[in-house]
Amino acid sequence: MGYAMTTSSLDGIMEQLECADALDGLQTASEALRNHYQIDHLVYHWVSSSGQQYGCGTYCPDWVARYLDAGYLRIDPVIVGCYQRFHPVDWKRLDWSSKAARAFQKDALEHGVGNQGYSIPIRGPNGQFALFTINHSCHDEAWAEFTESNRRQLILLAHAFNQKALELEPERSPMAAQALSPREVDAMTLLAVGYSRAQVADTLSISENTLRVYIESARHKLGALNTTHAVAKAISRGVIVV
Amino acid sequence: MIRYLYADQLSQFPHLARAMFRDRADQFKTRLGWEVAVDGAGEERDAYDDLNPLYVIWEKPCGGHGGSMRLLPTLGRTMVNDHFAHLTDGVRIESPLIWECTRFCLARDAAPGTAAALMLAGGEILRGFGVEHYVGVFDARMVRIYRHIGASPDILGSQGSGRNRISVGLWDFSPRAQARVAARAGISPELSKLWFERAFGRDVAMRKNRAA
Repeated sequence: MGYAMTTSSLDGIMEQLECADALDGLQTASEALRNHYQIDHLVYHWVSSSGQQYGCGTYCPDWVARYLDAGYLRIDPVIVGCYQRFHPVDWKRLDWSSKAARAFQKDALEHGVGNQGYSIPIRGPNGQFALFTINHSCHDEAWAEFTESNRRQLILLAHAFNQKALELEPERSPMAAQALSPREVDAMTLLAVGYSRAQVADTLSISENTLRVYIESARHKLGALNTTHAVAKAISRGVIVV
Repeated sequence: MIRYLYADQLSQFPHLARAMFRDRADQFKTRLGWEVAVDGAGEERDAYDDLNPLYVIWEKPCGGHGGSMRLLPTLGRTMVNDHFAHLTDGVRIESPLIWECTRFCLARDAAPGTAAALMLAGGEILRGFGVEHYVGVFDARMVRIYRHIGASPDILGSQGSGRNRISVGLWDFSPRAQARVAARAGISPELSKLWFERAFGRDVAMRKNRAA
């Protein structure tokens, strides 16, 4: 399998991720995103409620093997600090003080893991848990600037990865496609025909803030990264007609 | 002080946790007459407390519970989507950028500024975690309180009237609103930040990437 990612634009990467029909697609997307952001590593790691693990990403195979052999899942401060949580975490804020954590960190660095990390935990259905991580080697200031300016996009990407992984789960029962409510359809339709947000809000007799939330909900359900993309998908899927 | 505690951390603060669930019973059952379940110990809990939510709690100087609220991501089960979709034009509000805030509760003897302190903490979370909005259910009594602290929500929809009016609201925080709430709470932005960092860790320099 394996096909070359032909585009490095975020929209292109997302499109290919969406079309993926095997876990290979997640691997390809993680490599493309790593290149897009010009960072050392990008990793997606999931643990099902029954303890089954699946991972993809750009860590070197030696490190992945080492991680599994040494049972680092129980020591890794990123796992320990993110499990059962739903807020994104900069690795600097985790507890690396124990002897085991320090030894783990040293080992990781020696295997090419960068000194900076940012992980987004995801709680899926039925106790599923996943982590989407970006990793790099740089100074604190540069890292803070990078995560701050890309955080929103990274959160959306993390959930796009998880959505795809859930779709591809072998024994998964088919989920009903996320339908938009009539109100969301109205909002997307008016945007598609070129209304400004103020005009849409006015037409629907709702505040612009309320409209923002309706659009954001529709964006999520359509699996898009931004409003423009969401409108395009709504049209191409026939969800809205203009 | 403000404490940020996930449900699985409450056992480290048993006294505070019990007081929170009792004050919730007092507010929602005794004072508001909502149909909520109160257990033999006088504590109010519902199914959403079992989803390991994040509680934001105002701990009084004596260690007691002054007020609290409960946060959950809208990608999981939420009260708004499960029970109040008829108040949101039928829109299921789901996004990793929107969290639900419910069970906003003030103890009977809460000091002035408690509600504002909780809102201020809500703002820390938005800023710190990249959340853009809160959506939540609240009662008529809270309308005045939110207005007083300078954090009135946009109302998506309401049912009932007078004291029994229940609404679904939407909050976002501009830096200006955050400054207004901080002034109401009488808490400096530095102190607020310190409490947040105490809960979620402060930045410590990472070791530089070097072999051995």
